[in-house]
Amino acid sequence: MHKEAAIREPLILGHKTYHDITEDVCRPIEDKAPKTWYILFGIALIIGLYGVGCILYLLGTGVGVWGLNKTIGWAWDITNFVWWVGIGHAGTLISAVLLLFRQKWRMAINRSAEAMTIFAVFMAGLFPLIHMGRLWLGYWVLPLPNQFGSLWVNFNSPLLWDVFAISTYLSVSLVFWYIGLIPDFATIRDRAKKPVSKKMYSMLSFGWSGRAKHWNRFELVSLVLAGLATPLVFSVHSIVSFDFATSVIPGWHTTIFPPYFVAGAVFSGFAMVQTLLLVMRKAMGLEAYIHTKHVEYMNIVIMVTGSIVGTAYITELFISWYSGVEYEGYAFFNRATGPYWWAYAAMMTCNVVSPQLMWFRKLRRSLLFTFIISIVVNIGMWFERYVIIVTSLHRDYLPSSWSMHFPTHIDIGVYVGTIGLFFTFFLLFARFFPVLALNEIKSILKSSGESYKNAPDTHHVNHAEHAVKDEHTIAPEPTTPDASSDHSDTGEDHDETNDETTNS
Amino acid sequence: MAETVIYAMYDDDDVLKNGAKKLVSKGVKISEVFSPFPIHGIDPIIGVKQTRLGIMAFIYGLIGLTLATYGMRFFMIDDWPMNIGGKPSFSYMENMLAFIPITFEFTVLCAAHGMAITYLIVNKTLPGMPAQNPDPRTTDDKFVMEVRLSENTAFSASDLEVMLKDTGVIELDQKEI
Repeated sequence: MHKEAAIREPLILGHKTYHDITEDVCRPIEDKAPKTWYILFGIALIIGLYGVGCILYLLGTGVGVWGLNKTIGWAWDITNFVWWVGIGHAGTLISAVLLLFRQKWRMAINRSAEAMTIFAVFMAGLFPLIHMGRLWLGYWVLPLPNQFGSLWVNFNSPLLWDVFAISTYLSVSLVFWYIGLIPDFATIRDRAKKPVSKKMYSMLSFGWSGRAKHWNRFELVSLVLAGLATPLVFSVHSIVSFDFATSVIPGWHTTIFPPYFVAGAVFSGFAMVQTLLLVMRKAMGLEAYIHTKHVEYMNIVIMVTGSIVGTAYITELFISWYSGVEYEGYAFFNRATGPYWWAYAAMMTCNVVSPQLMWFRKLRRSLLFTFIISIVVNIGMWFERYVIIVTSLHRDYLPSSWSMHFPTHIDIGVYVGTIGLFFTFFLLFARFFPVLALNEIKSILKSSGESYKNAPDTHHVNHAEHAVKDEHTIAPEPTTPDASSDHSDTGEDHDETNDETTNS
Repeated sequence: MAETVIYAMYDDDDVLKNGAKKLVSKGVKISEVFSPFPIHGIDPIIGVKQTRLGIMAFIYGLIGLTLATYGMRFFMIDDWPMNIGGKPSFSYMENMLAFIPITFEFTVLCAAHGMAITYLIVNKTLPGMPAQNPDPRTTDDKFVMEVRLSENTAFSASDLEVMLKDTGVIELDQKEI
């Protein structure tokens, strides 16, 4: 078995057994939902429904209800689209890229990050569809035989590339996520007592039995899907950036866009994962699985991608001057000093300055600080897209048509509504789905679990005996909420105060 | 025909693996192992071959690649050549660069979905299928080894039980199926 260095922090704190893992993950699903869940769900649903109302009003009235004008034909809609797609990048990055790199810490966060990805891409997909004005004709973006002569969609257009990229990304992420979920649904199915939930989870688990051959296939399918999804992650946001980069608008047609957008997407995606997981681990008592080390790893990713984004901003500025193209130069000068300077300043502060604070170990291991920064980063990334889109458009070649963009309440309603819907979906996920990848967590328990990791390095059999002994001593300990919170408390103290590992 | 099956339950994956090694060296055929997570290294011991799904994924990918190439050639070059900004639209090669993103996406789409569907079908894990694990605890923290009497004609049921007990089982169950 793969042995990890003792100096490495364990990924699973406390003296967990396989059964404890099942209990910890399934308990929130099997118990009654706490009152806070209902309150949060209610709030999210109301906001989401308000958004749906705004969308229906928009569809009934026309895109004119947005604050667009003839100069600024793209504003909040595409800003929100790119923002959501960007957020949707963390999940597949965590599950695919980190799988290829054999990063074990991904196993605690990949399930919920992928769920987040899927819901975020749903929200993203909504914007181009409602921007069409006639939502029900959305299928016209596909190359279908039609009655308008044999007029096909334009395969030279980045907008069509987007259609293929986003739909491939969404469906492949969904499949990847669900294939991982099947064995975990089987665990819940085999524990379920109530007939309705038994029935539901047996439907969802597709009759999974955990045969050796099936696990063999499972591992290969995960690996190949990860291999396929990795270039997919990078291609999707590159293609989204082509929407701008292949145009002729100063401020948009820059070759730096694809890598810069991908880094920005990972940056904002990880920030959103942090926002969600910091709350989730507390609310669902998963502190032993998602702890400071995981948060720190994610903060390092945020720091690196944030620095790439910062470098890209500065490169863009430099090149706009160095190119000697006056339109290009003006576009950037106007961004920084024109009427939208405040958006530019917000973007620079949130995206360039704030991730640099993660260089301090104390800060990147502070959960409260991380939570604040994760929200700041997502605000910053929204402003980045707003700056790129609106400030490049609002002063075009003809000064008589220069204008400003003012969002209407429908603009705001649709945007806030998608946030509501996103949280509605995520809360439903947290309530009914296993939020940790049970089978994966169990497979790393022996190499990265606290009680196994620092057991004396002996032959496997001894390891096993140790495990048996452990279970005997721990199993009688009741799995009441009190006991488990004790567990996690000690876990937290341990990892906040020192790095030395307590021996079992 | 009724068949006698012995289910040996373990509570640790390494104990099961070592037990399986011992049994196989004595000539016992283990027909199946049920576990809550993949036990690394069990496949060669009990004779599970490496899956060929990866090859299938490659074939599906090639199909996607071909479909995308021919599709775009037909749509954009043969059927309705469009003049877009005066860019050449007379042959596929002249226009190919613009088709690469969709070719890539479609290849991935076909490879991923083709493989996922094949995986579900060959596993016979489809919506509505009944669970087949012998004990509900095998999806939690128990590991079950299945030994069929018909595949081990050299041994009697009691021989097998003695040998299995030697490997550290926690429960032994005999069933007629």
